[in-house]
Amino acid sequence: MAALINVPAKAKRGDVIEIRTLTSHIMETGFRHTTDGKLVPRDIITSFTCRYNGAEIFRADLFPAIAANPYLSFFTVARESGKFEFEWIGDNGYSSTASASIIVE
Amino acid sequence: MPTTRRQFLSLAGGVAAAGTIPIVTLRPLHATPAMLNTAIRNVVGEAPIRTGRVKLDIPPLVENGNTVPMTVSVASPMTADDHVKSIHVFNEKNPQPNIGNFYFGPSTGRAQVATRIRLADTQKVVAITRLSDDTFWQVAADVVVTLAACTEEMN
Repeated sequence: MAALINVPAKAKRGDVIEIRTLTSHIMETGFRHTTDGKLVPRDIITSFTCRYNGAEIFRADLFPAIAANPYLSFFTVARESGKFEFEWIGDNGYSSTASASIIVE
Repeated sequence: MPTTRRQFLSLAGGVAAAGTIPIVTLRPLHATPAMLNTAIRNVVGEAPIRTGRVKLDIPPLVENGNTVPMTVSVASPMTADDHVKSIHVFNEKNPQPNIGNFYFGPSTGRAQVATRIRLADTQKVVAITRLSDDTFWQVAADVVVTLAACTEEMN
């Protein structure tokens, strides 16, 4: 699954950095009907997690009120060089991951 | 024989009527203020909620309820002793009262989250934060929505 991750490539130790993520997902609410009265089944991402060198730094529970292609922006303190891992989990066994690395000087 | 305008239109009309055009109808059921209160109490429990500390940035007037940018922030030093544990966002009139729960820790550095949400109607959006001393603070914003979410046609 396609995901766009925006993490600064380099940062000074102790800096507060912004992380932006965007993933492609329909986020079907489960509240829509077609004209023939059929309910369009819910298909959303329910959970997002960001880990920084293995430690969880940010987590979100998502609901149908989150727009399609969920965008999330949040912050963290640049402590050490390493890797950010992102994970999206959703309905019907949906799971998608992405990662980004950072050099902290 | 050349096709007259009348013949052409009646033919075109027949084709349009035969082809089913699926249109999504809006569910009449919406979250009521009572559901909003229940959803808030599920998170907060019996703790008192004070007003302030939280900042909710959302446009007061949106044309398209399908994607409304929203930023929630809390003025906090984000240290081990004094940080924001979580931010919870609710709405009044979508089919469901929850929008999102966001969890932070002292390593987050800045208690701020931005995302894009759906709003099915002109309504109130409420953001509540839980601080590390387990106090709750809230802020509300009114949003006027001209085109509601969930009404677009399905292809």
